[in-house]
Amino acid sequence: MLLDLWTIVLVSMGVVFFLAGTVGLLRFPDALSRLHALTKADNLGLGLVVIGLLPRLTGIADGAKMIFVWLLVMLSGACLAQLVAHLIRQSGDFKP
Amino acid sequence: MTEFLLGSACAILVVVAVGLVRLLRGPGEADRMMAVQLLGTGSTAVMLIFGAVIRQPAVIDVALIVALLSAFAGLAFVRGISPNSGGGDE
Repeated sequence: MLLDLWTIVLVSMGVVFFLAGTVGLLRFPDALSRLHALTKADNLGLGLVVIGLLPRLTGIADGAKMIFVWLLVMLSGACLAQLVAHLIRQSGDFKP
Repeated sequence: MTEFLLGSACAILVVVAVGLVRLLRGPGEADRMMAVQLLGTGSTAVMLIFGAVIRQPAVIDVALIVALLSAFAGLAFVRGISPNSGGGDE
């Protein structure tokens, strides 16, 4: 029963972070702040969902693979955020 | 339990669909790319939830592929917009 509670709480928190990131993506005025909101939603929302789903998996390998998916998304999100931010700053609509 | 997981998967899909409004409205290309990035991650999360619901570990590989492709899409976008920045010597 505890594991189910663990999954319910964490997956719902993941969905809340997805919602928060999307609202941030829609509402924020500046491109860079939108990027910030988006990257937060990506990593945190997916991370909470992954941690929430871990007890449901049977094998250790599946859990490790899920953690790896999350790490990959974090890594690619971080690199892409830097590249896109460089692009935004370069394209000039960045008000210091 | 599975109803809850399927419900949260649908919630994530609705949230990502709302996030795609930025794709239509986004002033700059970077904003549009962010919406696609959110779609990529959202679909990865939904894939993982489905993998856990139907207890089929193969779906985790599908989520891995979707995450990889969304990373490449973002990278292609950055290289496509500014091929000469950052010393891009094709």
